[in-house]
Amino acid sequence: MSDNMFVLNGREVSFDPGQTILEAAEACGVQIPTLCHLKGTTPTGECRICVVEVQGADMLVTSCSTPVEAGMQVKTESPRVVTERKKILEQLLTSGNHNCAISGSDNGNWTEFQLQVQKNDASSELCPVWGDCKLQELAYQYQVKITPSSPQRDYYPSEMANPMIIRDFSRCILCGRCIKACNEVQVNRAISMGYEGDKAKVVTPGDHPLSESDCVFCGECVQACPVGALVEKKARHIWRPWETEKIRTTCPYCGVGCQQLLHVKDGKIVKVTGVEDAEPNQGRLCVKGRFGYDFIYSKDRLKTPLIRENNEFREASWDEALDLVARKFKEIIRENGPDAIAGVSCARSINEDSYQMQKLFRAVIGTNNIDHCART
Amino acid sequence: MFLVIGSNMTEAHPVAATFVKNAVLRGAQLIVADPRKHPLADHASLHVPIRVGSDIAFINALMHVLIKEDLYDKAFVNSCTVDFDKLKEKVMEYPPERAADICGVSPDMIRDAARRLASVKPVMLCYTLGITEHTCGRNNVLSTANLQMLLGNMGVECGGVNPLRGQNNVQGACDMGALPNVFPGYQPVTSADARAKFEDAWGVENLPDKNGLMIPQMMEGLVDGKVRAFYIFGENLANTEPDIRKVEHELASAEFLVCQDIFPNETTRFAHVVFPAAAWSENDGTFTNSERRVSRVRTASKAPGQAMPNWWIFKQIAKRMGQDWASDSARELWDNEISVLAPQLCGIKYRRLEGDGLQWPCPDEDHPGTCFLHKEGQFTCGLGVFTPVEWTPPAEVPDEEYPFVLSTGRRLAHYHTRTQTGRCEGLNDILGEETADISPFDAADMKIGHGDMIRVSSRRGEVQVKANVTDQVPKGMVWMAFHFRDACANWLTNPAFDPVTLTAEYKACAVRIEK
Ligand code: SF4
Ligand code: SF4
Ligand code: SF4
Repeated sequence: MSDNMFVLNGREVSFDPGQTILEAAEACGVQIPTLCHLKGTTPTGECRICVVEVQGADMLVTSCSTPVEAGMQVKTESPRVVTERKKILEQLLTSGNHNCAISGSDNGNWTEFQLQVQKNDASSELCPVWGDCKLQELAYQYQVKITPSSPQRDYYPSEMANPMIIRDFSRCILCGRCIKACNEVQVNRAISMGYEGDKAKVVTPGDHPLSESDCVFCGECVQACPVGALVEKKARHIWRPWETEKIRTTCPYCGVGCQQLLHVKDGKIVKVTGVEDAEPNQGRLCVKGRFGYDFIYSKDRLKTPLIRENNEFREASWDEALDLVARKFKEIIRENGPDAIAGVSCARSINEDSYQMQKLFRAVIGTNNIDHCART
Repeated sequence: MFLVIGSNMTEAHPVAATFVKNAVLRGAQLIVADPRKHPLADHASLHVPIRVGSDIAFINALMHVLIKEDLYDKAFVNSCTVDFDKLKEKVMEYPPERAADICGVSPDMIRDAARRLASVKPVMLCYTLGITEHTCGRNNVLSTANLQMLLGNMGVECGGVNPLRGQNNVQGACDMGALPNVFPGYQPVTSADARAKFEDAWGVENLPDKNGLMIPQMMEGLVDGKVRAFYIFGENLANTEPDIRKVEHELASAEFLVCQDIFPNETTRFAHVVFPAAAWSENDGTFTNSERRVSRVRTASKAPGQAMPNWWIFKQIAKRMGQDWASDSARELWDNEISVLAPQLCGIKYRRLEGDGLQWPCPDEDHPGTCFLHKEGQFTCGLGVFTPVEWTPPAEVPDEEYPFVLSTGRRLAHYHTRTQTGRCEGLNDILGEETADISPFDAADMKIGHGDMIRVSSRRGEVQVKANVTDQVPKGMVWMAFHFRDACANWLTNPAFDPVTLTAEYKACAVRIEK
């Protein structure tokens, strides 16, 4: 076998030097489940869900952190691997308030458990990420059922005391993705893993609430969280994946031009996420891009044309307002020429609007008096 | 390696800053030249806290060191540029000792910065409005280009001079010819050929052949009656322009003011007619970002009431003034007009914009777009021309009466005058009011506590605002934003403009603070 080949599930495939087993497998279309792994950041092998069997090795290895070697024989779904993954999933599920239907709903304890969780959530709904949870997905895939029991540990109370992000520690599987997202992707260095053993918790320095930390509310951690431990406050229980349509668009704020996915329900944006792997932002957003969408639904929006009359505005029809403007423009052009009219276009609006406005000024009015705040 | 000058990237272009920080984590060097020790400076290997408005002196001194110590890229200078001698003559007048006095940093720090810049290739230079919003804004930009040419960092990936555009579509509005001197695609209105081309395309005769007015001239025209009608599309000039009192006087003088916007704001108060417009995500279209990448904007919800897309409104006015335009959607406008008329955009069509968009120049429909300009030393006009520039101080400098320098900008959670972000749930909770950022030295000196109400005044106005005592700000400086009307920095800013670009000096004026 040449020195860039290895055996994956019985098939000889090539790999690039330095690739991990996970990367090499993905490159040839073989999916290995992951939870703690966050693309582009250093792997930790923490959750162990990505374990695979390597011939000759006693222990299963974590594929996210093990480099491929030439001639290696790897099995990604062997019975040993599947058993191990089931065990991990069971542990993760029983460790928290995972009250979706994967818990054995025919079991008598279920209702009681569910009621308790809903009480903790202060909500009559199921887990806010039902249908968009990696743990739930994997539990289905590996047919893991658990018997919900009373919590094994005392959860830290949820943190609701900031405007954007709900931190629900009762659902945290301590995978550390949020920490990677904050420290290695956005490099805001606001959170890290704190406390030891079963007291472990994702914390800010001094374990203060996010709003009293260096957190800038970019929401990268929320996008990275594989479960319902971090959710957008504004979207919680409103957004359900099967009810929403995803529309790709461009952020309306700064000149970076981040690509966003608008999650739209009944014609309304209920949440925004970054488009993974897209240029220029590779899934990242800032606080404005992620949380600055609902201004369009403000009750203050202008809804009809307005005309000033006796120093007050009155509502008018489009025809009346447009006629008035056109008449006045024509009058001014007649009396003082087109250069007595000037216009400022909008550097926030779409290209097509600016094009159309300069065309109106040049081709119809007949002046080059058109500018925008190009330099600010 | 990065040189970031006059750019508070982590707040104004947060996602761009994350990529710079990623590179630093992987070992790249970062030099931040900025009066403030803003968050990006925490990641820098060197922070050069130059004084407000001393950029040219700083850059000239860097070039002085590069030439004196023979550290510049001779091969690039010889083969790809002209007028090196002129540059040399000028920068020889700027030894680090002289610049140090102007910039308020040590000569050794300047030498250190120059040597670091020469030690790595390529260096990417990024700037924002800290460079342009000065009376010497244009010269500042020329300086950055001189430096990068001298270092041979032009026309290479991860090099060059990279302005981060303030607003999402400033690049696009320029490309579209919303400028008094050019048609779409930067074709000058003074060129007979360009006019003939557009006359033909638009079916009109006699397109105007002289450059039009820039915003400050328009505003002055309102007062002396030279401009009788003023059409403001989507700008809140009453808060964003320097010296609010002057601006409001100008707006109030307008004989006929048309505003087209999504919200009533401080500017629409002066309007005679207000048109309600569809907002972002209420119609289809395109934005062009700082990398000249054209990306799609898509419809997600319906515009409220009778609000209509902006292009539709302009079309209706044209119709009432005797022209019936064919294009009836943003897509038709782009595919049938814009991309046909602007040579740089010819290859960009809506069907090609489904994914990551395309970066212009993109001259034909098989062209993959262009990631970086001036490849292999090719400048639009052949060779890169060194344009030596002289340092000039800001128009208004601190004196006895107004001993502080005020500089302004944006903060993370808000955008401009908050017509949008102020109406998003939660963002006001993150940042609910304006503050005046001052240094711990000055605070102690004047016995001002963190959170105390202070009065900041300039020759133009005054505001009452809470003091935010922070070591981000150096002694002698006050820093404010323009997000909140009551304490908006533009009550204070100086309407002094760069003589060529007419960009206002938002970044420097003299103020006084009182308890
Ligand atoms: S919101 Fe951003 S800054 Fe805050 S903890 Fe999450 S990733 Fe870090
Ligand atoms: S909050 Fe989410 S991402 Fe962070 S450790 Fe817990 S489960 Fe993982
Ligand atoms: S998400 Fe933030 S960084 Fe990205 S374009 Fe929007 S405002 Fe700019």
